[in-house]
Amino acid sequence: MAAVEVRKLVKRYGDVEAVRGIDLEVAEGEMYGFLGPNGAGKTTTIKILCTLAEATSGSAVVAGYDVAAERSAVRRNIGLVFQEPTLDGYLTAEQNLRFHGELYGVPRPLLRRRMDEVLEMVGLADRRRDLVQTYSGGMRRRLEIARGLLHTPAVLFLDEPTIGLDPQTRAAIWEYIGALREAQEITVFVTTHYMEEAEYCDRIAIIDDGRIAVTDTPDALKRAVGADRVQIRTADDAAAIVQLRERLGVDAAMHEGMVTFAVPGGAEFVPRLFAELGVRIDTVTVTRPSLDDVFMTYTGRTIRDAEAGGGPSAFQIMAGRR
Amino acid sequence: MTTTDVLPATGGMAHEARAAAMVWRREMIRFQHDKARIVAMLLQPLLFLFVMGTGLSSVVDTGGQVDFRTFLFPGVLAMSVLFSAAFAGISLVWDREFGFLREMLVAPVGLPAIIVGKCLGGATMATLQSVVLLALAGLVGVPYDPVLMVELLALLFVGALLLTAMGVLLSARIKQIQAAMPTSQLIIMPMMFLSGALFPMANLPDWLAVLTKLNPLTYVVQPMRAAIFDHLDVPADAWAALDPSITWWGWEVPIAAQVLVAVVFSGIVLGAAIAAFDRAD
Repeated sequence: MAAVEVRKLVKRYGDVEAVRGIDLEVAEGEMYGFLGPNGAGKTTTIKILCTLAEATSGSAVVAGYDVAAERSAVRRNIGLVFQEPTLDGYLTAEQNLRFHGELYGVPRPLLRRRMDEVLEMVGLADRRRDLVQTYSGGMRRRLEIARGLLHTPAVLFLDEPTIGLDPQTRAAIWEYIGALREAQEITVFVTTHYMEEAEYCDRIAIIDDGRIAVTDTPDALKRAVGADRVQIRTADDAAAIVQLRERLGVDAAMHEGMVTFAVPGGAEFVPRLFAELGVRIDTVTVTRPSLDDVFMTYTGRTIRDAEAGGGPSAFQIMAGRR
Repeated sequence: MTTTDVLPATGGMAHEARAAAMVWRREMIRFQHDKARIVAMLLQPLLFLFVMGTGLSSVVDTGGQVDFRTFLFPGVLAMSVLFSAAFAGISLVWDREFGFLREMLVAPVGLPAIIVGKCLGGATMATLQSVVLLALAGLVGVPYDPVLMVELLALLFVGALLLTAMGVLLSARIKQIQAAMPTSQLIIMPMMFLSGALFPMANLPDWLAVLTKLNPLTYVVQPMRAAIFDHLDVPADAWAALDPSITWWGWEVPIAAQVLVAVVFSGIVLGAAIAAFDRAD
């Protein structure tokens, strides 16, 4: 049985179609990443899966229960960590956890043990009696993850679990999530728009504009791209793009303020570039394929373009290499 | 860590009650943290009772047999409790702003459990605050009769529940704290003035008399004052002037029926508050 099973999911807000027919399946024990820019439909999908929003059409089954017909059973079997904090700062960590355990109906003797376990797991056992308002952002997020696990859910939903945290804290949060998966069998459904974070997942779905563009393992996705990304700064970018096409047979476009293109064996390509381009080159960056490139391959834009621009980019520079 | 911990199926009413009790307990925990607010909330009624009450006692004619401050005492009690109660209800707007409302709304419990827990919590907290004021009863000539104290606390609790539920109802619709505060004041103030808390309701013009009878708070304040007068030696004419009985189309409403009206009103507003809340909030 799949932990999460979604069929032809559509969500419309008035004229806006936030989710345009999503199908997906997450296996039990899998860590599944939902990767896409802000506004791609990630949060809307998660809200439907957590019974916080109703789908316009389509169906979703989470932990064996239908999200529309068996809301209470779904809620009992999922853990949730939202983008926005949902802790009570006037309560201690312990009191926040107890509140959660009581509302989720965790039997009292078990609750005490679970509180010890989850606090230990996220390294907050020694701060358990402190008011949450004295916690740092990273500690709060850890406490929220601990709370999401308190009632031993079958599926843990993490909606941008590291948003607003500094890189070091972000890495620490992922360590905790990794340790959690070693300690117990749990399915994790995580959304992120940080490319590097998607690499922690077993499988990734790339979502853009309300649709899933592709689903695969991070390695397979990167292999499919096959090319390295080259970004150059030149004296005349427009001329450089023309020259790249005419002299080197490479389609390039402006991304993040640089002339960007993809070629197999990027490092070997650089000497040719200097010899044949005919436009002065100031800087060159060659990057091995990353999930960012995967995103670009399947959506035609970088994740930052997508967030800045809204509309799809006119340049589909890697479209030919799918 | 084991993976065999499996939760029992939802426990029906027992589970709902447990959830409501926890929401109630949270209000109590927060109340303990908030000592500064408790002190501030007590100062206002003391001002009313001893400054305004003393000042006005020379102006208001109480027939010479009843101290004006004795008359004022139930009104001031009600006032302090009701304001705290209304604010406790509105605190849901803060809960929404700081995200905790969502933690409550996604839990596998019914909305009624959460709202009832919240309202009972706010009402309990507000009633507990009144204990400090009740301790001063002797200063304004109200006897420390245990029966009277229990009667007053019970009535205050009913009124507090009404006002907390109104606050919750407001916060279901109003999402900004800047708007919720003045709106609640706008509702509480006239309710206060028209309840007989601060001045006797004898000889009011007709239109005002009708409004006082429509005001649910009247049915809290009037029984409180009747309970106090019951324990004092108040002459009939002073009683009639200071605490005239409520009549509906000439029928004198008994105290028990008045209390019933207050309880029913609280229940209705509580139901409205539950109905007004949106799960996806």
